[in-house]
Amino acid sequence: METIFTFIQQNIDMIYFIVLSIFVGVEVIGHVPTVLHTPLMSGANAIHGVVIVGAIHVMLNLKADDYIMLTLGFLAVLLGTLNVVGGFVVTDRMLEMFKKK
Amino acid sequence: MNVSLLEICYLIASLTFVIGLKMMGNPKTARKGNLIGAGGMTAAILGTIFLHDGQVPMVIYALIGLSILIGTIAGWVAARKVAMTKMPELVSLFNGMGGACAALISLIEYPHLSQQTSTLVPVLAGLIIGSVSFSGSMIAFLKLNGTLNKAVRIPSYNIVNTVIMIITLGLGVMMVINPALNTLTYMYSLLALSLLYGILFVVPIGGADMPVVISLLNSFTGLAAAFGGFLYGNKAMLTGGILVGSAGTLLTVIMCKAMNRSLSSVIFGAFGGSSAVGGTSSEGGTVKDIQVADLAVLMNYSKKVIIVPGYGLAVAQAQHIIHEIELILESRGVEVKYAIHPVAGRMPGHMNVLLAESSVDYGKLSEMEEINPEFSSTDVVLVVGANDVVNPAAKTDPSSPIYGMPILEVENATHIIVNKRSMNAGYAGIDNQLFYNSKTSMLFGDAKSVLTSLANELKAL
Repeated sequence: METIFTFIQQNIDMIYFIVLSIFVGVEVIGHVPTVLHTPLMSGANAIHGVVIVGAIHVMLNLKADDYIMLTLGFLAVLLGTLNVVGGFVVTDRMLEMFKKK
Repeated sequence: MNVSLLEICYLIASLTFVIGLKMMGNPKTARKGNLIGAGGMTAAILGTIFLHDGQVPMVIYALIGLSILIGTIAGWVAARKVAMTKMPELVSLFNGMGGACAALISLIEYPHLSQQTSTLVPVLAGLIIGSVSFSGSMIAFLKLNGTLNKAVRIPSYNIVNTVIMIITLGLGVMMVINPALNTLTYMYSLLALSLLYGILFVVPIGGADMPVVISLLNSFTGLAAAFGGFLYGNKAMLTGGILVGSAGTLLTVIMCKAMNRSLSSVIFGAFGGSSAVGGTSSEGGTVKDIQVADLAVLMNYSKKVIIVPGYGLAVAQAQHIIHEIELILESRGVEVKYAIHPVAGRMPGHMNVLLAESSVDYGKLSEMEEINPEFSSTDVVLVVGANDVVNPAAKTDPSSPIYGMPILEVENATHIIVNKRSMNAGYAGIDNQLFYNSKTSMLFGDAKSVLTSLANELKAL
């Protein structure tokens, strides 16, 4: 019990942050017309590509002779980029078609 | 100085994610919203690379640059080139890449960050969720592109899956509690178990439920990204990840609701499997069919025609020819509308994207609630490649697996024309009483070839 209280006390800002972000996520999606569900899913898919920031961070802190880890890191950045670029481009392509004529 | 500038980059990125997602909820601002999100993402990526504090060997910068370059070109080309009907599997593929990225980060960080509980927990959580999301998305991708086209069911898969999930989570928890288990061997076992679970999780799920699964895996990857943000105290990763995690979960629930299914019945249930044969097929009756030439006359002299497109239309690539028919009919003074069921196609909204691709006017696409009252004043309803979304059993037969699902009430129209390849049942594997309705005529054949000859007949009139 004691440890839980200490944990909460030490991370209170983070807990606020996480809880509020969850509500923002729910609210933002709230009243979306069905037409936009697929593009929205695809757009959200692109946004979680932000994980690439972590991959770059990892790479920047590796040693230049740690070949195995560098290979994994290279792969991580590559896959993250695919997620980000592919995600945003495909969403843009879907939404481009909703232009009113 | 650099550090605070980097924080500002992350702040901008977080804000653009929220604003971008919000704007994507409205057709007018959606495209701009997506671009705003992309802009924020670029700021976060460039900031991470160029505002880094400390010495970094050139070779590492070169490697980062190279991988981003390859990823950008490959991602761009794939996203631009792929056919619109293949959209769902592409989204699934990109989602898997994000999951793999999160899992790889954990693999690399484990040796450095496994000593403290506060870093070990997010590393392991990222590893488990990222791996499940990766292998699950790959299976979903293979299922959607037809490589794996059957719902594979190992005996009592529910029990097997649950046991594996418990073992995986249990091992993760044990590694945190018991330092003796906190070794590379166990970490790799955890990786293998998570990948296996991802496969087993998606493999038994039928094609009709795939959108829900992709949406769920999408929010998993968001969660994995959020754990990465927790690990590094990185606010952009946290907001991006949590937003997608919660928004994705809600979107999943909305999709389930549109199909009148609960999330648990998608995961543990048996839709599209052999066990789900319900409905009252015995009452059958006779079906009428109609010739293309007769249909052309019927449509030509109608006042109002409503087209109900389903996934069969997309599979047959008939979205362009249907638009041509719409134009011909309009030039003859016939009012034409499209009735879009929320789950028409393979993802909610997928049908809208497909029709928009063949330049059907966005204003002609009507959602279910607004079009349902109009069927009674409609002369001809043309159902192309749709089945379960027009099945009256959803309203009348409580024993039917789709009972309670809102449907398009096409049976109120004067004439109902159903284009199908054969009398086979739809995704849900249940019979459709609509076909035996006295007002219904069947138009058998591949949607594209039948509609092409219909267009030719119409032109000749």
